[in-house]
Amino acid sequence: MAKELAVVTAFGKDSTGLVAGVTRVLAENNVNIEDLGQTIMQDMFAMMLLVDISNSKCDFETLQKRLATEGKKLGLQVLIQHKDIFEYMHRV
Amino acid sequence: MRFSSEEILQTINMVSRENFDIRTVTLGVNLSDCSSPKEDELCGNISEKLHKTAKNLVPEAQKLERKYGIPIVNKRVSITPISTVMASAVAKSDVAQGAKIALKVAKTLDSTAGELGIDLIGGYSAMVHSGLSHSDEVLLESLPKVFSQTSRVCGSLNVGNSQVGINLDAINSAAQKVKEIAEATKSQKGFGAAKFVVMCNAPEGIPFMAGAFHGYGGAETTINVGISGPGVVKNAVASLNDGADATEVSETIKKITFKITRAGELVGKELASKLGTTLGAVDLSLAPTDKTSDSVAEILEAIGVECAGAHGTTATLYLLTNAVKTGGAMATSRVGGYSGAFIPVSEDSRMNAAVKDGSLSVDKLEAMTSVCSVGLDMIAIPGTTPWQTIAGVMADEMAIGVMNNKCTGVRLIPVPGGKEGDDVDFGGLFGKATIIRMSKRSSSKFVTRGGRIPAPLHSIRN
Repeated sequence: MAKELAVVTAFGKDSTGLVAGVTRVLAENNVNIEDLGQTIMQDMFAMMLLVDISNSKCDFETLQKRLATEGKKLGLQVLIQHKDIFEYMHRV
Repeated sequence: MRFSSEEILQTINMVSRENFDIRTVTLGVNLSDCSSPKEDELCGNISEKLHKTAKNLVPEAQKLERKYGIPIVNKRVSITPISTVMASAVAKSDVAQGAKIALKVAKTLDSTAGELGIDLIGGYSAMVHSGLSHSDEVLLESLPKVFSQTSRVCGSLNVGNSQVGINLDAINSAAQKVKEIAEATKSQKGFGAAKFVVMCNAPEGIPFMAGAFHGYGGAETTINVGISGPGVVKNAVASLNDGADATEVSETIKKITFKITRAGELVGKELASKLGTTLGAVDLSLAPTDKTSDSVAEILEAIGVECAGAHGTTATLYLLTNAVKTGGAMATSRVGGYSGAFIPVSEDSRMNAAVKDGSLSVDKLEAMTSVCSVGLDMIAIPGTTPWQTIAGVMADEMAIGVMNNKCTGVRLIPVPGGKEGDDVDFGGLFGKATIIRMSKRSSSKFVTRGGRIPAPLHSIRN
């Protein structure tokens, strides 16, 4: 099946278990991580992941809600957006 | 990582911090096949066709908002100019009787829009640049009741173009109606007049209200997109150092406009596809709101005039709009609609502040329309302004548009009981306005001559 890529971003105050918390939701929903970048800037945690949702167990909006719910537990804002918006805006 | 973290952050910040959004996705619908000599059949046909074509507009747009993380603030509909659609239904009635039928049609549009979850429906309009047909007269007669008895209907009148000139008779009728509409909506401080715009060279594919209509050249349906990125552009300019010259400012605006227009292109194309139609146009206009940091006037201040209205304002607006067009044109396959600068005074907090403190006059606003702005828009004027003066303002704007082969429009709100300098709060999203100073000198002898002002010589191109 062709890949369908999305970008997950997570921002918030740093604490232990943030990467594990977000990536666990992805793994549980059969969403594969293609690329990942994470940094801490002045106590603020920021993570960006490129994920493949083509084999996701749930639809896009449900995945969005599950990530947002987990984010709330972890004190993070977690967004997922289809990669085309970034492709269109930042590539000619 | 396929995208750099800067790119990802830029997109996210545009939405979360810079008020970037898609201002509107507007579905244009052809209603010419709804015509009937029987008014009930006409209304039934209109309702049925709109339900059939637009029922998925709101849900599909909402899905795209979630998919791309870009808010789509308004989902709207525009229709074939209603004067044509209702012509056979009003053919056998006199103007007064016909206006009652027209009001029924307007109420059908209003209630159908409500059922579809749409906040505004545009196209209660007529093309009258060469003259008024019977149904055009009927439409005009109906306007005060239509805009006071419906809440979602918007309309327009095209009173001139560069091929035929300017229809001064139509301007005079329109100016009188603007006053009547304001009087009929006295309880809303004349706000009914905000739903009606007089234009020349009206382009097809306008997604914004009140000028949106589905053009005669269009297919059964089309999607037109309007984006809103003044805050994004302002921040891009503001982050330049003071040493950046005019070319660098222009290049910065071009590049950022490319990005925001791309979001409109992506959303427009996909929404059109989901609705089984095609993308009509992406309107490049930067559309402000009265929120802080969502103002076109702020961009002019960032470029370097102390406030809108200072000398240099026309030039900075020219720089801005030209750069927006250049960057935006690269970003979309279909530039259309106004694609100019929006200066809706009551919807741009810094623009209105400049009016309030006397820095920005109606004359300067008019000058700005000569280079790039789309018109004199959302301007509150004294309630006692004679209709002849309003007609004079309209004639001025149409002259600028017709001479320069561009669209210009006039949307004035005569505030009943309001005087120059009064602050008017229209409530909620409609913003606040300060009543602007109008010349007290008379335009009457000129406008009451009526007739048509001929087209400019350069229109003879063949």
